Amino acid sequence: MALPDNAKEMIVEELTKKSKTKTKFYFNDLSKMFPEESPRAVKKLVNEMVSEGTLEYWSSGSTTMYGLKGMGDLG
Amino acid sequence: MAKHETPMLDELESGPWPSFVSDMKQEAEARAKNVNNVEYQIPVDVVDDLLGVLELSYKHGRTHWKHGGIVGVFGYGGGVIGRYCDQPQEFPGVAHFHTVRVAQPAGKYYTSEYLRQIMDVWDLRGSGLTNMHGSTGDIVLLGTRTEQLEEIFYDLTHKYNTDLGGSGSNLRTPADCLGTSRCEYSCYDTNALCHFLTNEFQDELHRPAFPYKFKFKFDGCPNCCVASLARSDMAFIGTWKDDIRIDQEAVQAYIGGEIPPNGGAHAGRDWGKFDIQKEVIDLCPTGCMWMDGNELKINNKECTRCMHCINAMPRALRIGEDTGCSILVGAKAPILDGQQMGSLLVPFVEVNPDNDYEAIINYIDKIWDWWMMEGKNRERLGETIRRLSFQKLLEACDMEADVRHVAYPRENPYIFWKEEEVPGGWDRDVKEFRKYHQR
Repeated sequence: MALPDNAKEMIVEELTKKSKTKTKFYFNDLSKMFPEESPRAVKKLVNEMVSEGTLEYWSSGSTTMYGLKGMGDLG
Repeated sequence: MAKHETPMLDELESGPWPSFVSDMKQEAEARAKNVNNVEYQIPVDVVDDLLGVLELSYKHGRTHWKHGGIVGVFGYGGGVIGRYCDQPQEFPGVAHFHTVRVAQPAGKYYTSEYLRQIMDVWDLRGSGLTNMHGSTGDIVLLGTRTEQLEEIFYDLTHKYNTDLGGSGSNLRTPADCLGTSRCEYSCYDTNALCHFLTNEFQDELHRPAFPYKFKFKFDGCPNCCVASLARSDMAFIGTWKDDIRIDQEAVQAYIGGEIPPNGGAHAGRDWGKFDIQKEVIDLCPTGCMWMDGNELKINNKECTRCMHCINAMPRALRIGEDTGCSILVGAKAPILDGQQMGSLLVPFVEVNPDNDYEAIINYIDKIWDWWMMEGKNRERLGETIRRLSFQKLLEACDMEADVRHVAYPRENPYIFWKEEEVPGGWDRDVKEFRKYHQR
C-alpha cells in the first residue's frame, strides 16, 4: 500500500480544518489519517513537509508535535 | 556588586556541600571581567539575570520559565529545548534561555582539547553554563538565544565533528558504560555498539515520530553501571552463556588474605579477615556456590548473574567466554504512569559487529514497528506493554514465551487460547450450533 499522491494536500487540509481549535498535532494524529500505511512511511512524508517548510516541529523538550508553519503560539 | 539581590540563593551557599549558586556567581563574575576579550553574542549579564529570575521563582514559589517552542536547527526535530522567561523586561539576559543537547561520545571519552573547543563556542554564543552530563548522558549547554542556534550547530558539526543529541519524541542520545575499553567484566564492546547504533539510527535521533521519548542504554555486564535496567526503554546488558571461570589458586589467595577482596575497595578500615563463606557463598542469591574441600564450586545453571562473587573476588572469578547481551524493555521514570524496571525480553543475543549487529537491529525494528503502531500519544514503551500485555510484545517480536519471561507465576488464572494453538482449531458452524441453542 502506497501513500496517496495527494497525501501532503490531505495533511494540510486536515490541519487547516482543525486550526481554529488546535494548531499542534501529535505524529499519531497524522499517521492515523493513513491507517493502511506504516508509521515509518508517514514519518518520511511529514519530515519532507518540514524540510519544505509546510510543517514545523514544536517541542516541549519531552514531546514533539507538528503544526502548519506559523500557526498558533510559537513560544 | 551583583545585579540582583539574591538573599535566598545566598542561603544555599552556606551548607558544607558545593553549591551551584557559587558556580553561577563565579561565571557571572568571569563574564563581567572578560579577561579573554570574548565578543559575547548574547547579553554579558545572562548569568546575573539567571540568578535574579531564580531568586524571584523562590520568592513566588513558582517558575518563571515558559517551556518548549518551535526553536531548533534546520532539519532536526530535537537537540534544542526552547525556554523563555515570562519576565523579560526585568531579566532581559534570559528572555531566551534555550538548552542545547550535544551528543556525548561513546563511553564519554573526550579530550580536554575537545572540551575547550566546546566551551569556546559556548562562551561566545551561550551563557557559558553547562550540565555535564544530563540524565540521558548528553553534554548539556544551558542558555542561549534563538539567533545563535544555527551558528552553534554549524560549529559543532563542521569544526568539532560532533552532533546534537536527542530530545522530544525521538530516540534519545544512546548512552553506554566504558565496556571492554576499560573493564574486565564487560561481555561486549559497549562503545562500538553504542556508536554503531547512534549512526545507524540518525533519522530516529533527529526526526521525531515516536509516541514519546525512547532510550537505549548499554551496560557491558549485569553490574549495570549506567543503570540501563532502570533508565532505558531498551537495555542491552552484557551476559554469558557458559560457566564462570574459576582460578582455584586465586580463590585460596583471597581466603589466605594475599589478595584484598573487592579489588581493595574497602581498604579504608579493618573489616577483619576475609571470610569466603560469609562474604561470598552465603550472599549468593540462588545459593549456587559451595566449597568442596579447598575447591570453590558453582552450579552455573542456577546463577542469575548477580555479579556479587565476581565483584568480591575478581582475580579468582571471571565472566564466561561465550558472551553476548540480554535485552530488557520498558523501564521508565514515574513521569506519567508509575516508574518501572525493565522486563527481560531476549535472554541472550549475539553482539556481532561483523554482521552489523543484525540480530540486535532485528529486535529494535520489530519493537519500534509495534510501538509506533500501538502506542498512544505520550506513552512510553513500558506503558504500552502494561496496557496491551507482554504477550502482545512477544508476538510482535515473533517470540515464544518461556519461563524466563514470567515475572510472577500464577498471577493470572485466565488462559486465552488462539485457534491455531489448539489442535483441530475450533471452526464451527453457527447455523448448526443454533439448531440446538436458542438465542
